[in-house]
Parts: sequence; structure tokens; C-alpha cells
Amino acid sequence: MAAWTDISGIKQRIEASSAEEITASYLETIGKSRINGFTTVWDKALEVARGIDKDGNSGPMAGVPIAIKENISTTGLSTTCSSKILQGYVPPYDAHVIEKLKAAGAVILGKTNMDEFAMGTSTESSCYGPTLNPWDTGRVPGGSSGGSAAVVAAGEAPLSLGSDTGGSVRCPAAFCGVVGLKPTYGAVSRYGLISYANSLEQIGPMATTVADIAILMDVIGGYDHRDSTSIKKENTYVDSLKDDVKGLKIGVPEEYFGEGIDEGVKKAVWDAIGKYEDMGASWKKVSMPHTKYALASYYIIAMSEASSNLARFDGTRYGLRVEGETWHIMASKTRAQGFGEEVKRRILLGTYALSAGYHDKYYLKALKVRTLVKQDFDRALTDVDVLMAPTMPTPAFKIGEKIDDPLSLYLADVNTVPVNLAGVPSISVPCGFADGLPVGLQIIGKPFDENTILQAAYSFEQNTDHHTKRPGEVA
Amino acid sequence: MVYDNPDGVRIGLEVHVQLNKLNTKLFCGCSTDYHDDEPNTHVCPVCLGLPGSLPVINEKAVEFAMKIGLALNCEIVGQTQFHRKNYYYPDLPKGFQTTQYDYPIASRGKVIIEGEDGERVIGVTRAHMEEDPGRLQHIGSIEKSKGTFINYNRSGMTLIEIVSDPDMRSPKEARRYLDKLRSILDYLDVFNGDLEGAMRVDANVSVFGGNRVEVKNISSFKGAERALLYEIMRQKNHVRRGGKIVLETRHFDEARGVTISMRTKEEEHDYRYFPEPDLVPMRVADKVPDILKTLPELPDAKRERFNSQYGIADMHARALTIQIKVANFYEEVAAKVDPKDAAVWVADILKGELNYRDTDVDAFKVDDIVEIISLVKQDKITEQSGVQIIRTILDEGGKPQDIVVSKGLLKVEDDIVAKAVEEAIAESPEAVADYLAGKEKSLNFIVGKVMQKTKGRADAREAREKVLARINK
Repeated sequence: MAAWTDISGIKQRIEASSAEEITASYLETIGKSRINGFTTVWDKALEVARGIDKDGNSGPMAGVPIAIKENISTTGLSTTCSSKILQGYVPPYDAHVIEKLKAAGAVILGKTNMDEFAMGTSTESSCYGPTLNPWDTGRVPGGSSGGSAAVVAAGEAPLSLGSDTGGSVRCPAAFCGVVGLKPTYGAVSRYGLISYANSLEQIGPMATTVADIAILMDVIGGYDHRDSTSIKKENTYVDSLKDDVKGLKIGVPEEYFGEGIDEGVKKAVWDAIGKYEDMGASWKKVSMPHTKYALASYYIIAMSEASSNLARFDGTRYGLRVEGETWHIMASKTRAQGFGEEVKRRILLGTYALSAGYHDKYYLKALKVRTLVKQDFDRALTDVDVLMAPTMPTPAFKIGEKIDDPLSLYLADVNTVPVNLAGVPSISVPCGFADGLPVGLQIIGKPFDENTILQAAYSFEQNTDHHTKRPGEVA
Repeated sequence: MVYDNPDGVRIGLEVHVQLNKLNTKLFCGCSTDYHDDEPNTHVCPVCLGLPGSLPVINEKAVEFAMKIGLALNCEIVGQTQFHRKNYYYPDLPKGFQTTQYDYPIASRGKVIIEGEDGERVIGVTRAHMEEDPGRLQHIGSIEKSKGTFINYNRSGMTLIEIVSDPDMRSPKEARRYLDKLRSILDYLDVFNGDLEGAMRVDANVSVFGGNRVEVKNISSFKGAERALLYEIMRQKNHVRRGGKIVLETRHFDEARGVTISMRTKEEEHDYRYFPEPDLVPMRVADKVPDILKTLPELPDAKRERFNSQYGIADMHARALTIQIKVANFYEEVAAKVDPKDAAVWVADILKGELNYRDTDVDAFKVDDIVEIISLVKQDKITEQSGVQIIRTILDEGGKPQDIVVSKGLLKVEDDIVAKAVEEAIAESPEAVADYLAGKEKSLNFIVGKVMQKTKGRADAREAREKVLARINK
């Protein structure tokens, strides 16, 4: 198993041997994987690593391997959103983040498993079968970026990219005991990210350390002329890597510790907040009264957008095509066979929510709630610097436990979705264990103030050892 | 005379104008100059709607749209936004069209046309921006097609949809409205209307206060007039037989000149509009003053100026200002000859000949018409000869002078010779008497005198014949 789990370790190792050796070592680990985290391994990974050894590369990620979620477009490498409908689709272009990674010298190992079209909290709705949680293979890795989190936790890749629409980076990061950041909406170009709910989603980095998250963000973040919602950043993310939280004001939203929260999770999170106090920060309770409506609002908006975003998968030009007598029949059959159950459910609900007669009742109302949720964040974050709460109300649940009960699955997202509605940044860092399973602390910041939450997370990491624990080490 | 609209006809038009003079498409950098190129050679992930691609607004397109809105006397919205119009069709690569819904860039404008009984104001409900889909090409007819090709070169081209109020009362008024729109758009230099697909029309028609019927897929102005004539007749006949006009959408079959029912209201699409999250709302109101400065003098203003500056008949001013090219041509001519003569020659004569040949004013040179008008004014040729010269240039080419000579049109030269002959005979009674007495050679003396008087411009043989004819009279 690869032993160099972070960028600085890998760079030292490359100095000592070669990028090729590093990549080969990861490929070997992937070859022995028992978690089904990768869907495709890139056959050119070694070639790219050799190229870096030969020509040298001064990029910040020269020779550093990375895994990419199945919904981020990669030239020449299958990108299917873990859906049958995109089987065989190989994008003719790279996503903005992939261009940036390639330019920085990163070596793409392959694509990682996910919930079909990023719809899910467990990575069980993938057409490639579920990914298993490396901490307990009878449990889910979280979703929808379950593959990206699990491969990092299992040491099959030191870094990965996921996407977060309602918690899809933070949830699996929490369940798998790694760090995951949902950047501010607009901080990372979405160009090349296959849309599920485009007003909510962001590409987010996953790693074993906060420092790596910052380095990765410096590579992939910033303005891209091809994404009108992307925004230029003045300072670097690496600037925030300071072990200092003196004077940091923490808000703890009561509503995030509501009904259904696991006692072990609650304890780990409060212990973490206590640790911050020891380190010189202060905390107080804050109220975010519209939290209880966030979930309903989120699902209506996400499903409405999904019903439109997924309309392009009609068998006409790429992916699956089931022949039919007319174009309509061809498209219907293709969609009937190509989409999984959860995706169909969301398309139908979204179509309904946008339909004439229901538009005002559901979609417009959801937008109004979204505004109220945003205002909750604005208000709460005026007198505190960050908010802290559990990322997930429970540790990883068992495979099959919730998949047939979509409503209970949706409830699991209660602490993550408000962040996406508001567009603010949020990071999940390992903060302990409950029943031997990792617990994630969620640190939420003001828009484009990733630096503060990164600094808070970094300080925590420097003064605790939760993040150093690997699967198999905790009883 | 008041047009009483006997059938209660109300016509509203939706005109799609393709802004093909922009260099790039509405949401991507693909080139718009695709008309002569192979299918699917002007495409990228964005205009193909590939998964993961995102639209980015073409700012020049927004400027063009504002220009059009302002030229149509519209209000420009403070902040404009794009929506998604969701429907399935194979030429629509994303499964939705990015268009404008409740915040169209321009609304509540007006266009003045020459109606059935004088000037009429046609309301412009709105003018909004949207993307063009691709084009389907069926093997065989739509009904019996064995297969269909899709060409996405057109996909993502900028369209402006100009929606009128239902203010037109006859196909003729509809045609006048379309002509006026085209005229304004030409003035703005935002599109080339001669390119295939540059202007497409959907018409809403009702009679006797009945339901509105939408006729789609009309690809030419002539087609619009024909489709409306047919549709009004159909509705009238249907009502006469006791039928009710239902709200429906009909397709215009250009080849047969008839409209065919496509779908009734029950099957009407629900487009599930919602704001496009990938495009942030844009503040455009601040740009209005700058755009106003770029607006050229428009047809109505130019017409008034022509009236006052050149003192020409309103009928002429109107004819001269419909097309910007003709207006510019006229002004160049008017700078060199009497503007009133210029108006008659350009508006009545030249335009008539151009229309007859279905060609435009580019086919004629300013200097040529100036020369023709001058020749007529100097009484060197007749008006009829002037027309003949114009026709010759249009049909065979050539320069006015050469045509005058080759066709012997010089009225003035004939007179000079005739006058010289007259004088030469009068001054040479002896020579005349000698000739009449049988001395043939004395004729040469007279002809020589003619040649002297005409400074050699006369043809010697012709002069000789003329002298002979005169003496023998």
C-alpha cells in the first residue's frame, strides 16, 4: 500500500525515486482494491508520470496522482456519471479543473464511482455497483462522491476531486474520515462538470490533510471565462495555512443538532468545539430558524434543475441509444433503460414542480425559502467568523439500510444542504470517531472566505491526530 | 377612405431574426460564417450542448439586441436575464432552449407602416434574445423519411425574436410590417437578410373575434402573405359553414400554399420555464445612452429629411428610404445632379428596372446614372433613350457613352448635323445649282462645309446623304 499520503510526502518521494514509481505504486494498490472506488483506471497514467520524470515539471503538483469523480469531463477518458445512459461516452474536451491539474503536473489515476448523476447520499445508485466504506465494507462511503472519498481513505489515491450539490463532498469525507471542501459557489469553474443541479453544485477537493486541500484549491480555483458564475480570487488558499485560531468566533447553530442526531457524533463535535476553545477561540450558540425548510427547498430546486439538465440525454448523439420507430420512441426507450430509479424519480418530481399550475406552488416557493436560508447565514455570520456543526447527523450507515427509503436518505442531508442553498463555503474535517466510524466536523464560512475556514481546519489538524488515523487502525 | 376590416382580421407576427453579422455565436466562440461550409464544422461543446459545457453570453449580441430594441422604439429593461424553455426535439441539443422570458431585453415599442388607409402604428410587444437550434435534414419528406441528418452549424446562432401586437388587419399590412422591419434591421447593419434562414416568421391570425391560430414555419415574406391569405380564407369559410375556430398551431406548407393543423390547445407544450442558473442576470440599462449614440438615422427620419432637404415628393422619399443602400445611392446621385431629377430617375425608373430583374442597387453605378441624367438634362438624349441605356447596362453591361454611340441615341448630334446641312446649303446656292445641273462634284463642296461646321463630328457618308435628301426634297 502506498505510504505517502500527502503532497509534500509524495514530492519527497519523487525526489528520492520517481513520479513513475509513485504512480505505479498507487496503481498497484488500486489493483488490489476491495472497495470498488474506481470505475476506470487511466491507461496513460504511467506514461504521464514518465513524461514528468523525463521532462521535469515545475508545477505545484508535478507527479502527484489524483482521482477524479465520474462527472468531471476528461478527454479520452470515460465520463459517465455512473449512469448507463452515458455508457461509452468519452468527452472530447477537458473540464477547466482538469486543464488546470494537467498544467500543474498532476497525474490522473482514473475516475471514481458516484451516485448516478450525483443523486444520492450513499454511492449505492451507481450503475457500477456500490462503493464500500474502507472503514467497514458493510457500510456506505457516503455520497455522492463516495468513490472519491473512499479511494483517498483507502490509500488508493492521495487526492481526489468530487462535486458537492447538497453535501456530496462533505458527506463522504465525513463517512470516510478524510477532508473535503465545498468551495463558495463561483470559486471553482464548473466548466466540464456534468450538471445535476447547476445553481447549487461546486467541484470540491478531497484529501487527507487541510494543507493538500489548500494546494489543490490554488490549482483549480479562480476565474474561467467559460463559466460566467466563476470569480477571480485575490489571495491564495495556501496563505490560510496558519496554526492560529486565537480570537476566532465560532457560531454553533442549534438547528444542526436536531432530532435524529447520533450521540457519538454529537460528542465528537462538541469535543472538537471544546478543543477550539482550548486553542483560544470562543463560541456561542446561533439560531438559523429556516434550517427546517432548507431540505424541502433544496430538493425542489435540485430536482427542477435536474429535470432540465438531464434532458440532453436522449440517445441522439452519444451514450446509450435504444432504437425505436420514431425519434420520440427512441428517446423514451433510451431514457427508460438508461436512467436508474433515483434519477427517474428526481426527473419526474422536478418536471412536476416546474409544470404550469405547480410552478408557483413549489418552484417559486422553494426559491423564496432559499432566500430566507441565505439570510439565516448572512445574519449568523455577521457576529461570528465561522459556523461549526456535525457534517452528517450519523456515522456511515449500512449498505442497503436506506436505499429503499428515499425520504430517510434525503433527511441525512439536513446539515449539508443549507450551505449549498446559500452558496457559502464549507469544509468537513475528521474530528473523532463514533462506534469506530469517522465523524466529520463541518466548518462553514462567509462567501469567498475559504481562508478562514481553512485556517480553522488547519489549526485543528495541527493540534489533533484524528486525521492521521487510517482504516483498520481504529477498533 | 377608412379601411373597415370587414372580416375582423387581427394579425400578430413573431419574427425570428438571425444576427448573422456577429462573428461568434450567442454563447460560445464558434464562428457564424457557416452557410457555405460542411455540416457540423462550426461546433464546440457549448453549441453542441455536450455534458458539462456552459454558456457564456456574447456581449456584442447584447449590444445588437439593444440597438434593435431602441430602433423599434422599445423600452430597455433594467436588468435582463435568460430562462430555459424546456422541450424535446432532436435539433435542440440540450433539451431546452436558452431564451428570455419575463425579462426580455426590450419591450413595448412601435413600428410605423403604410397601412390599408394611410399610416398605421403597429405595436411591438417585445424583442428578446435566444439561441437558434440546429437544422434537421430529412431524407425524403418529413412524413416518409428514412432517416434524418442533423446539422448543428446553426445551433447557438443569436436570434432576436420580435413579437408584434395583433395590430395588422390584412396580409398586405403584415407584408408592409415585415418590409419595414427588414428595412430597419438593414439600416442597423446587424444582419444580412439575404442569407438562408435570416428571417423566419410565425403568424397569429384570428377573424371575427374568434380564437387565435398560430401558423408556423414561414420562411419568406412572400410566404407570409400567402399563408395569411390562405388562413384567413380558411377561417372565414369555416365560420360561414357554422364551424368554430379552435386555438391551434398550424404548419404552412410552402409548396402547396396551405396550412395544416399541427396541434390543438389541449396538446400545447408546457415549457416549464425557469431562470438559467449558468448565466447571471445582466444590468443593461446603463448602456442605453452609449448604444443610442451608435444608432444610425432610421428610415422614418431619413424620409423626413429627404422631404425637407431635397424637396422631393413624399412618395419618392418613401421609396428611396426603404432600403439603406438605395437611400445612400440616391444621396450620392443627388449631390451631382438636381435632387428632384435624381429622385425621379432613382425611385421611379432605376428601382423599377431593378425590381423587374430582382436585383438590387449594387448592380448599378452612381456615375452611370449621373451621366444618364445629365445627358437627358442637356437634351443630348431623350428620356426614353435614358431608360434604354439603363436596361442595356443591367442586361449587357457597358458604359452610357458607348451605348449612346453604339445605339445611335444622340439626339443632339443629329440636330447639329441637320443644322449644319441646312446652313451649308443656304450658304452655297451656286454649288446647289451646279449639282442640280448635273455637276456631281459640287456636292463634295457642300458636304465639306457640313464637316467643317460640325468639326468633324458628323459621319461624312451620313452628311452626304442628308445633304442629298435635303436638296432633292
